[in-house]
Amino acid sequence: MKLQKNTLCALYSVLEFAVHPGRQVSAAEVAAKYRISPHHLAKVLRALGRARLVQAARGVGGGYRFAGNPKRVTLMDVIQLFEDVGSPGRGPARGTRRTEDSVPAAHEVDEALGMVVNEIDEIARATFRSITLDTMLKLIRRRRRA
Amino acid sequence: MKTRKRQPAARVRGARPRDLEQVIAIDAEITGLRKPGYWAQILRRYGSGRRQRFFLVAHSGRRVEGYVVGDVRDWEFGFPPCGWVFGIGVRPEGRQGGVGTRLLQAICDRFRRLGVSKLRTLLARDNPLVLSFFRSQGMMAAPFIPLEKDLE
Repeated sequence: MKLQKNTLCALYSVLEFAVHPGRQVSAAEVAAKYRISPHHLAKVLRALGRARLVQAARGVGGGYRFAGNPKRVTLMDVIQLFEDVGSPGRGPARGTRRTEDSVPAAHEVDEALGMVVNEIDEIARATFRSITLDTMLKLIRRRRRA
Repeated sequence: MKTRKRQPAARVRGARPRDLEQVIAIDAEITGLRKPGYWAQILRRYGSGRRQRFFLVAHSGRRVEGYVVGDVRDWEFGFPPCGWVFGIGVRPEGRQGGVGTRLLQAICDRFRRLGVSKLRTLLARDNPLVLSFFRSQGMMAAPFIPLEKDLE
């Protein structure tokens, strides 16, 4: 599972907001820190707002603040807003014409490869589902201390 | 966010026969399956006094809040001795109160006393609750891949 740019922006943002749960952080601050285009980030923040993960505050000193529970919100909760993480996909169908028994048909090769790729994706999905924002922040702190 | 009522901290000790019924009930509440025979066997094999095996409970008075089971395995799968946790459960109403953390710390302390410096466990991919718990304790992917096949 390769994460798209939008997804990474969203993960940077929620982690940034979750570090300071009560504090408002401006989009410009996040954009500058992660070198993201403010325009691009604004779109991502709107999606996070619709999902009630962040809350926008208007006016002077306005910005965004985290609106979820960092011990409950997982990386997958954020990722699935931007990626298609539905049921496992299958390889492209190439017909089911049988060839000699010892030689695999194209669709058989596709299906076998699809199974292996799905196995990897399943592990990736389970990993993203198991890591909360709070755990991510702990991981970052631990890596800093190491 | 709801504020959890502060409970007195549960204490951890080795499991005793009188804890078994509550352990069975906690496990049944989590898994939907009562396994009295299994837990009696766990108590026999992992109960107090076993050098490398641990069956611990967190309790407040006579009430069992949770349990953990694990052992030190030497050179299993080709790895140097390490501590394995293969069962942990906390009363659903007592979750997020630090009981699981205390149980895990207690079994890790016992592993450390045996000279072990690595903790391992194995979980179903579709068990995000327990996976998240172990992740929150700093556990990362281990250097092995579990495999299985249907026996025809």
